[in-house]
Amino acid sequence: MNRVVITGIGMITAIGNNVAENLDSLKNRKHGVGPINYLETTLKAELPAAEIRFSNEELASLAGVENPDYYTRTALLGLIAAIEAFDDGINKYGITDNSRTALISSTTVGGMDKTEKHYLDYLQNDTYSHLVQTHNCSDSSMKICDRLGLRHFNTTISTACSSSLNAILFGAKLIRHGLADRVIAGGTDALSKFTLNGFNTLMILDKKHCRPLDATRTGLNLGEGAAYIVLESEEEAEKYQKDIYAELSGCANANDAYHQTASSPDGYGPYLAMKEALDMSGLKPEQISYINAHGTGTDNNDLTEGLAIGRIFGNKIPPVSSTKPYTGHTLAAAGVVESIYSILAIREQLLFPNLNFSQKIEELNFAPVTTLQKAKIDHVVTNSFGFGGNDSSLVLSKYTSNQ
Amino acid sequence: MEAYIRGIGNISPQLSWDKADFPAAMNVYEGNRLKCIEPDYKEFIKPIQMRRMSRTLKMGVAAAGRCLRDAGVDVPDAIIAGTGLGMMQDTEKFLTAIIENEEKFLTPTAFIQSTHNTVGAHIAVMLKCNKYNLTYVNENLSFESALLDSMIRIQERSSENVLLTGIDELTDAYFTISKNAGFWKEDIASNAHLLEHSGAGSIGGEGASFFLVTGNEQADNYARFRGVSTFYKPSSDDETLAFINDFLASKDLEPKQIDLLITGMNGDPKSDAVYERMQKMVFADIPAAYFKHFCGEYHTASGFAAWMAAMILKTQKCPDGIMLNGQQVPKEFKNILIYNQTKNTNHSLILLSAC
Repeated sequence: MNRVVITGIGMITAIGNNVAENLDSLKNRKHGVGPINYLETTLKAELPAAEIRFSNEELASLAGVENPDYYTRTALLGLIAAIEAFDDGINKYGITDNSRTALISSTTVGGMDKTEKHYLDYLQNDTYSHLVQTHNCSDSSMKICDRLGLRHFNTTISTACSSSLNAILFGAKLIRHGLADRVIAGGTDALSKFTLNGFNTLMILDKKHCRPLDATRTGLNLGEGAAYIVLESEEEAEKYQKDIYAELSGCANANDAYHQTASSPDGYGPYLAMKEALDMSGLKPEQISYINAHGTGTDNNDLTEGLAIGRIFGNKIPPVSSTKPYTGHTLAAAGVVESIYSILAIREQLLFPNLNFSQKIEELNFAPVTTLQKAKIDHVVTNSFGFGGNDSSLVLSKYTSNQ
Repeated sequence: MEAYIRGIGNISPQLSWDKADFPAAMNVYEGNRLKCIEPDYKEFIKPIQMRRMSRTLKMGVAAAGRCLRDAGVDVPDAIIAGTGLGMMQDTEKFLTAIIENEEKFLTPTAFIQSTHNTVGAHIAVMLKCNKYNLTYVNENLSFESALLDSMIRIQERSSENVLLTGIDELTDAYFTISKNAGFWKEDIASNAHLLEHSGAGSIGGEGASFFLVTGNEQADNYARFRGVSTFYKPSSDDETLAFINDFLASKDLEPKQIDLLITGMNGDPKSDAVYERMQKMVFADIPAAYFKHFCGEYHTASGFAAWMAAMILKTQKCPDGIMLNGQQVPKEFKNILIYNQTKNTNHSLILLSAC
């Protein structure tokens, strides 16, 4: 089977406009959670979030877009991250033929940021008709295709908070089956009143900075962001002597089949996702050097994810951390944001700390990493679990050539 | 890479629920909107559950139940869904509550059920299906994406049963929004006049097209999916031509081996002109049909076309009124090609063949 490797990365989150800035923030404990500034919501005063500190006009200028009024914030974030990944994994090598480059993107609420602003207008008149179709989840994907000149297969996935891990998983399938030479895979989500209020009604938002994998955790902080990676076969990467960031050695998707929003008590779906991803990689649990947990900071997720980790790794649990205190929960983008952090962990041989930890969860037999540490990192598991029981896991490995 | 259709569950504005009705005469709807004929949900959903379920979710659950029963499968090995707009009713409900109550006094139910993966997830919970579960949301390539993933899945694991779905609902609010945005023809008498009305736009539609597909060949399967391909914003007709020819070549087919071309003609002059040019360039002598007067225009309408193609291949009968320009109905159906696009943006080809 073709080995699938990662040759380009790009991202924007509340802790940086690109990969280098994100790495710098991770190393220096600079988190992005704070008062909401740009999103127009009455919840500003009570709920913090990891908002990207730019207006839409400023983001448009970062994305090189001329008429920001036609772009949703979701599309602007997507463009910024996708352009960086494209430059890094494709442009930099002078590749101009993208007739077999596919885009697999993902988002949870598409262009909701525009819809919630103009919904009553949409219903009453045609003043904002040009924006109606920006609601569609495919709108940001199509804008990325237009900008990068992609004509080949493109699609968009929406499986709530696991969306972008599934985009990577499907992208890897296209590569393995020879249906594309290169795939740009990832996701984008902007903060919206819709999601902020939705999570608020579920009473799973922390009014303070979130504390994942901590006994005193009381919920998550929402974030926004976008990230993309370039996937291709080892053979294709070698053709252009590309610098390979990591190998995608395993990926799996399972369903908890328990409840629309809550995980099963023993985290069966998360267990299946991790187990099947490990099986595909051919690695044994003890070969995993680090787990970048989904670790949202909700009571339910962190307990069930922790139990599932315990079931697989027994009493030899590798270092674990959740990086969500840095970026907030970026929903559809979370999986790919954390995949890039896992790749950086491999590249830098660094474990990133789980901020705000003080007290171990009683039911679990491990505590997360709390300081930046040098470590030998060969294989990383990263998880994303979502509403609808959609659970996915990846195994990312340090790339070693067979030759 | 072939996927055999073992079971079908279809809800549409036509008599598609009971396969014994095929090929039924077209239901005629006045104006520019077609609504699904909904089945009796009680057979599939308990009344207590039904109260909280949106119309999309009810249609999805019923179509899934019907499809699995038709195939004789209790629990599928994968659920792969396609939807252009997802759960519009719950999205509108939660959004309206946010606006009207200025972000106060909100309850979570509509939000929980508004996520695009709700239908696939709900079916998984109902069937206790822990397997592969994905939802594609890419406008009029949503069903095609789900089909491609289903076919890859079957190529990797030939014995698996995949529940492949395409679903979209046209809510009253979205009909108004899309009408204001000029999506639909004004003053059209009925769906029977779709191609005679020369104004811009199409007619609104909706539907749930569910298939149980498998790698297992059995004589009584409906038909088989042999391939799907998509192409985005061609810069010229020659590029589109190359896309179509490459796809046919990859299946070792020449255009003349296509017994029926089902186009996505929707009455919009700008969109339909593309088909007319491609018919001249590639499919000059191929009998050609259309289907959107049966189901209306919506993102997963190609799922309805796939249902129609499968039924034609199975029964070797063709519904009245689908042939373009008064062409003769072919005598035999072996290969049917579905070609869908809107406004020359997202193009897709789906090839089905008789078993």
